[in-house]
Amino acid sequence: MRKSFDKHWYAWAMVLPTVIVLGVLVFYPLLQGVWQSFTNLNESNQRAEICTKILGGAVTCEPNPDAAKFVGLDNYVDILTGQQGHFWLQFSNTLVWTLACVALHYGLGLGLAVMLNRNFRGRSFYRVALILPWAVPSFVAAFAWRFIFDERFGVINGVLRAVGIDPVSWFEQRWTSLFTAIVANVWLGVPFMMVALLGGLQSINGDLYEAAEMDGATPWQRFVNITLPGLRPVSSTVVLLGTIWTFNMFPIIYFVTRGQPAGETEILVTGAYRAAFEGIRDYSLAATYGVLILSILVVYASVYKRLLAKQGEVF
Amino acid sequence: MSTMPPAAVAADPLESVADTRPVRNRRRRERSVGASIALHATLIVATFSALFPILWVVLSSIKPASEIRRTEIQVFASPTLDNYRRLLTETDFPTWFVNSVVVAAFTMVIGIAMSATAGYALSRFNFPGKRGLMWVFLLTQMFPVAILIVPIYTIMANLGLIDTKPSLVIAYCTVAVPFCAWMLRGYFDTIPRELDEAAALDGLGPFGTFWRVILPLARPGLAVTAFYTFLTAWGEVAYAIAFMQGSNHYTLGAGLQTFVPQFSPRWELLTSGAVLITLPAAIVFFFAQRHLVAGLTAGGTKG
Repeated sequence: MRKSFDKHWYAWAMVLPTVIVLGVLVFYPLLQGVWQSFTNLNESNQRAEICTKILGGAVTCEPNPDAAKFVGLDNYVDILTGQQGHFWLQFSNTLVWTLACVALHYGLGLGLAVMLNRNFRGRSFYRVALILPWAVPSFVAAFAWRFIFDERFGVINGVLRAVGIDPVSWFEQRWTSLFTAIVANVWLGVPFMMVALLGGLQSINGDLYEAAEMDGATPWQRFVNITLPGLRPVSSTVVLLGTIWTFNMFPIIYFVTRGQPAGETEILVTGAYRAAFEGIRDYSLAATYGVLILSILVVYASVYKRLLAKQGEVF
Repeated sequence: MSTMPPAAVAADPLESVADTRPVRNRRRRERSVGASIALHATLIVATFSALFPILWVVLSSIKPASEIRRTEIQVFASPTLDNYRRLLTETDFPTWFVNSVVVAAFTMVIGIAMSATAGYALSRFNFPGKRGLMWVFLLTQMFPVAILIVPIYTIMANLGLIDTKPSLVIAYCTVAVPFCAWMLRGYFDTIPRELDEAAALDGLGPFGTFWRVILPLARPGLAVTAFYTFLTAWGEVAYAIAFMQGSNHYTLGAGLQTFVPQFSPRWELLTSGAVLITLPAAIVFFFAQRHLVAGLTAGGTKG
């Protein structure tokens, strides 16, 4: 022990600031959150003590008889059986939302990266123009798309009207509403995938393509047998990260669909947020959502890693 | 705060753009006219989709309010800067802007200061607990806003910090510190270890090496990390809306939404506000991009 300290003290000293910050700012609240999910904490019972001023300005405090208390797994049971909130509706929305967004991010990003990887005039112009959406803060993008899809003054319905199609009330139906959010998020997320995959493409050895061409491989065969396997390290990382980020993407749903119609397009993260900060604030319900979301993601990430490891891929 | 890429993914592509391009492209000259047209047509459609929302918001921001509220489409309609004038003089927008700058700047400075040495230690030393720490950094990427926001809110409420800037800075640091450590570790990895060894031979201890040799060399990496951290704080809304209550305490994320309530939204203020928020973010973003390329390709061994 002594020896180990002598050898490593400076490394430990160097990581100390980060460890302290993480401990105080991340792990303490995290434990607090897990604890809150086992209580019935809400806006009205959050005080541990009730203090009253008595004559002369002194303050007396006594324990709050209605203070939040431990309720065991009640929150989890209530949420998973649908007695509180709309977990399964939000869960299915989250699945559709995440699958659609990640698939489109990856597909479009890959297509654009393959095109940009060639040499042609105007290439750098296209590259700059195509990464521009990445520079827009996500809540600004959300408002921009809400404006574009606006039922009365939006440009999309304007175009529909101009070509003689009935305008669509985007936010009055679950799937069209979710569609608008997916469009906005795809617009926002494709540039990152494109840049990451472009980097992956450029690390593939060009000789492989030359050899394949000599052997008479068609462009499609070269794509499937060289490009895709060559991209695997990058792909596996960005798909994992992309899934986690999309799963937790708060501002797009919150500002584009606002859960319309009537909360039917809420995803888990926005559902938790609304439970905590809208109406009667139910902190314990939101904390339970948080624990469930984190558990889902941890399970997903470990299954994902295991599947990749099985195929001989380690990252 | 979760849309930012870790260093490894974001950095590599731009680096390799510069150095591998000429090699392969030489042998891809023979492309038929048809393929060329198809390529450009696809890219033009893609570029149009990427730029259209931005252009539309900019164009709308210079229309008078009455012209925005029209059902037929007009590209141009009596352009005016009136919306901007009103935004800057009749709303709290300038205050929100300053609040956002302060919060983002503090987050950035604290994020870098708290994580730089850790990034270095993780890049250079093998020590017990290293793997665990790396794993923790990855795990924090997975944290949904939902799991931390409630406990942090209740803690801040107990400390009486709700509706103050420190509460936001603290909340943003939960993401910024691990992110910066992760990103800086990646950057320190690109600086050759020989420099550390040379410094050690010259009699510098680990802290001296870090402070006098590595930190000056890592300036581009620090800058890029700082910019990204600034941008994530600039674009954050969930904490901002939950924590800030008075209109003059709002940051941009919390303030902008007050322009578009469910009924009678004021799109003219929203669009002009959106332009003014995006402009600095985009400038910082492109500066960081360029810096990233320069820093990574020129970096390390020169010093």
